[in-house]
Amino acid sequence: MTVDSRHQPEAAIMGYEMRIEHEPQAPVSEAEALAAGMVVRELNAWYGSCQALRDVNLLAAPKRITAVIGPSGCGKSTLIRCLNRMHEVVPEARASGQVLLRGEDIYGPGVDPVVVRRRVGMVFQKPNPFPTMSVLDNVAAGLRLNGFLVRRSQIAGTVEKSLRQAALWDEVKDKLNRPATELSGGQQQRLCIARALAVEPEVVLMDEPCSALDPVATLKIEDLMRELAKEYTIVIVTHNMQQAARVSDYTAVMMMAEDRAGEMIEYGPTRQVFTTPEEKRTEDYITGRFG
Amino acid sequence: MIVSAYQRRRATNALMLGLCAVFAFLAVGVLVLILGFVLAKGIGSLNIDLFTEMPVPEGEPGGGVANSMVGSLIIIGIAAVIGIPVGIGAGIFLSEYAGHRLGDVVRFTADVLTGVPSIVIGIFVYGLVVLRMGNFSALAAGIALAIIMLPIMARSSEEMLRLVPHSQREAALALGISRWRTILSVVIPAAQRGLLTGALLAVARAAGETAPLIFTALGNRFLSLSVTGGPIDALSLRIYRYATGPYSEQHDQAWAASCVLILTVFVISLAARLLLRRR
Repeated sequence: MTVDSRHQPEAAIMGYEMRIEHEPQAPVSEAEALAAGMVVRELNAWYGSCQALRDVNLLAAPKRITAVIGPSGCGKSTLIRCLNRMHEVVPEARASGQVLLRGEDIYGPGVDPVVVRRRVGMVFQKPNPFPTMSVLDNVAAGLRLNGFLVRRSQIAGTVEKSLRQAALWDEVKDKLNRPATELSGGQQQRLCIARALAVEPEVVLMDEPCSALDPVATLKIEDLMRELAKEYTIVIVTHNMQQAARVSDYTAVMMMAEDRAGEMIEYGPTRQVFTTPEEKRTEDYITGRFG
Repeated sequence: MIVSAYQRRRATNALMLGLCAVFAFLAVGVLVLILGFVLAKGIGSLNIDLFTEMPVPEGEPGGGVANSMVGSLIIIGIAAVIGIPVGIGAGIFLSEYAGHRLGDVVRFTADVLTGVPSIVIGIFVYGLVVLRMGNFSALAAGIALAIIMLPIMARSSEEMLRLVPHSQREAALALGISRWRTILSVVIPAAQRGLLTGALLAVARAAGETAPLIFTALGNRFLSLSVTGGPIDALSLRIYRYATGPYSEQHDQAWAASCVLILTVFVISLAARLLLRRR
């Protein structure tokens, strides 16, 4: 495959809408990601004997949104689950390589995955509020069950702050004690975001956070993501390429190799990836030729 | 007449469907017959004395089985206190912690234990507790019933905990909540009703057991409230004694007591089903 010729900006013709206000021009420097973001080096992951990721490298720039796109089954979710050690929750799943959070390897010896997960929060594909808890208790769950805070006033303050950050406060402030399951799907997903923010993570991972939501709720979450990017480092997995184009600063493209292991084939500023991709396969994917 | 393949298939289908219906009817019919028979025989002898009076000497009219009811409550209480927590613990282990191999071993063991004749469990506890303590007791009987409840409890709580979606556990773990806290504060509350249902069914099963009590509680025609202090009566034991004796007054009381026992078990099971349906 010839890579050297820059292909025509077909992606722009395809009508991807770019809405990034402060669009990064240059690739993120590794030093920057090492200092305040995340760096993934030579990450391999397996489910039993089946390799799901091969030699993946990725930089998550601090206070930026990094999108991971690619066809189904290419290992996007596995990658993002490796970033807070949720991958190993699946029986017989393992990973090797380095994942550096502010320069520290979260797979290093003696690192407690529980501590890693407090620093790197996660939002899942389907909204998964705790059904036995109220709206308030859901947001407070991370604090209470970690034994962080005891005082009620402190919890109330954190809950309100997190719900405001998740742009949900105005909608739920009168039903904080109602069961979380009474909220709409989009509200539940923002509740899950608030729940993740309440433990004050450094990085927020989102695994296809809008795939179970309607278009209006999706747009709300996307606006929210841009808002959150002012404070948090965000990595989002999506198979919606428009979404990646709309919200992300950097985009990583993954593909499945012959043996079905996921590989990273392209990584760069989102506009560059969508308009002048270096890889023919990236262009084929974003112009809709496959995937 | 030419019977087409289609007609033949239809006939076979109707025949099989009919057979299934007959067998289903038989299975349910047995329960209805037992319930009806016991009710018909026992309801006439049901009276307040049965619940408030002690047994009277053989051949005398009147009296009741209050001591047996109290004994049953004590024994089942002890069995529940031991059997339910241990059973739920085993269920948690099976659903949350055990790997494939160890889980299969534990599960198989539990299934075998379910099949062990209850009289064998009685003899086992006789050797383990009664001989060592030097006397029959409510504690020994409670332990025997707890052993009977244990596998039922373990398997049902495993099933109920497995019904809690994996996404709930992941949500908690991703918040940096430790494994045991996740189970305690997220998984168990979500499975609460199912666990309670399993506990009720296990209690109902244990409540009707007789054989293991022969070797552990022994029976006692007087009221005993002691946990460790000596023989104690139980409803099922009293029914067994009275039913195998020659006195017709006792036969009547045995029927009435059976009535009470079977209705109690029925109500507990019904409560368990209703609880489960309301989820």
